[in-house]
Amino acid sequence: MIDLQPLFITLKLATITTFVLLIVSLPLSVWLANGNSRFTTLVQAVISMPLILPPTVIGFYLLIFLGPNHFFGQIIDQWFGIRLVFSFMGLVIGSFIYSLPFMVHPVVSGINSLPPGLLEVSYTLGKSKWATFFLVTLPCIRNSVLTGIVLTFAHTIGEFGIVMMIGGNIPGQTKVASVAIFDEVEAMNYQNANIYAGLLFGTTLIILILVYFLNKRFAQTTLK
Amino acid sequence: MISINISKRLNGSFGEMHLQFQCAVEHGLVTALFGPSGAGKTTVLKIMAGLLMPDSGRIKCKDDVWLDTQRKVFKIPQQRNIGFVFQDSALFPHMNVKKNIMYAVGRDGESKDVDELIEMLELNELLTMYPANLSGGQKQRVALARALARKPDLLLLDEPLSSLDKLARYHLQEQILAIQRRYQITTVLVSHDIAEVSRMANQVVKLDAGTITATGTPLQVFGLPGMSAKFRAIGEVLTIDKEDMVYVVSVFLNNDIIKIVALEDDVRDMKAGDTVLVSSKAFNPMISVINK
Repeated sequence: MIDLQPLFITLKLATITTFVLLIVSLPLSVWLANGNSRFTTLVQAVISMPLILPPTVIGFYLLIFLGPNHFFGQIIDQWFGIRLVFSFMGLVIGSFIYSLPFMVHPVVSGINSLPPGLLEVSYTLGKSKWATFFLVTLPCIRNSVLTGIVLTFAHTIGEFGIVMMIGGNIPGQTKVASVAIFDEVEAMNYQNANIYAGLLFGTTLIILILVYFLNKRFAQTTLK
Repeated sequence: MISINISKRLNGSFGEMHLQFQCAVEHGLVTALFGPSGAGKTTVLKIMAGLLMPDSGRIKCKDDVWLDTQRKVFKIPQQRNIGFVFQDSALFPHMNVKKNIMYAVGRDGESKDVDELIEMLELNELLTMYPANLSGGQKQRVALARALARKPDLLLLDEPLSSLDKLARYHLQEQILAIQRRYQITTVLVSHDIAEVSRMANQVVKLDAGTITATGTPLQVFGLPGMSAKFRAIGEVLTIDKEDMVYVVSVFLNNDIIKIVALEDDVRDMKAGDTVLVSSKAFNPMISVINK
């Protein structure tokens, strides 16, 4: 029988990462969609880097940056007593950075695709920017937000390189399903590797089917 | 009265342009901003709404200063109590017609006035429909109801009828006029359609490349100078047909099609879709009894 713990850690990591990313990405995306300064261009480029860089590069820098020998890692370690490398917390930070473009890109393009008049008309009707965001922007880009949530979730499930670099492979703490597969294959337990792989395969497929289904439903209710 | 005096440098599709606009919008009347596209009409409207910031200037609505760049006063759109109707109606796609209109009112709004608006704009049948299923004219009627639901001090219309076909346009012009007269709302209408401006506006401000080139009543602005006609009206050419020696021009005028005989010289530069002034100097009124 396989150890189910890596699967639970994977799901926990994906859920927490997606939730944190959602909270951070909504205001970030509004800012990116509205700004056209050089600074926003730079931020956009930095956010997109995980799409291109090998995960090991990000993992390596995070390992250095978050480690107790670096200034940042030292502060967190000494002030809060939290060790970020080889811990679950470190995995969340790594996944956050790695999956950030998968949440921000769909949301930004959703906001950009809104006709500008939609928000302006809301302002002329006396609604504040906050009210407009929750009453108009968010409901209008719900498909994009949903796409972002699902891509982030699925992408975190499939993460391997960063997790290996900063998480190590500590059973019960940082050993996620994708790493477990690697472990089992290395130990020639193809049977177990097959079960992990099959479960990830099935979960991801079901999630994506659900998204496409919901997207269609949303599109239909708007046209009803 | 709303007094506006603003200036802004623009980088439009026709290169750099200096918009200078000074005008007094009379209370309770319809003022049209007329001019070719790219003249800065929409920019003026957006500055009035507070959606755009001019480089310098001052806007005062009654005794309320909306903008004064010298004294660093700027009221955001939310503080100006305006109604704005966009060219593309900008209805909220996720709300049905009723919710779109009620969005403007909020929870403590008086539904009696809204009901009257819905009645006047013939929206009763459409209340549960979503914008995606409405025709262009229906969308603009909803957008108009939404803009009016807050009882704005100033109604700003940015070419609201330009995408509609002739009949829908005419119908909505009537409705806008009826509502405008009923509530005495100070209205600024942006349009590049002479016939529309002539029908709807009390005052016309003609804008060309950012500068005001004429102001006055529609006939003062559009009427041909030095022409002392007894009767005149503005219409749109539908067809030009040659019949024997003369041409018969069909003109859409006051929701009617009238036929006018013209000579070759008259129609040489004329084509279907042109706006024309129909006038008569030697006007012979005909008389016939109808209450027999």
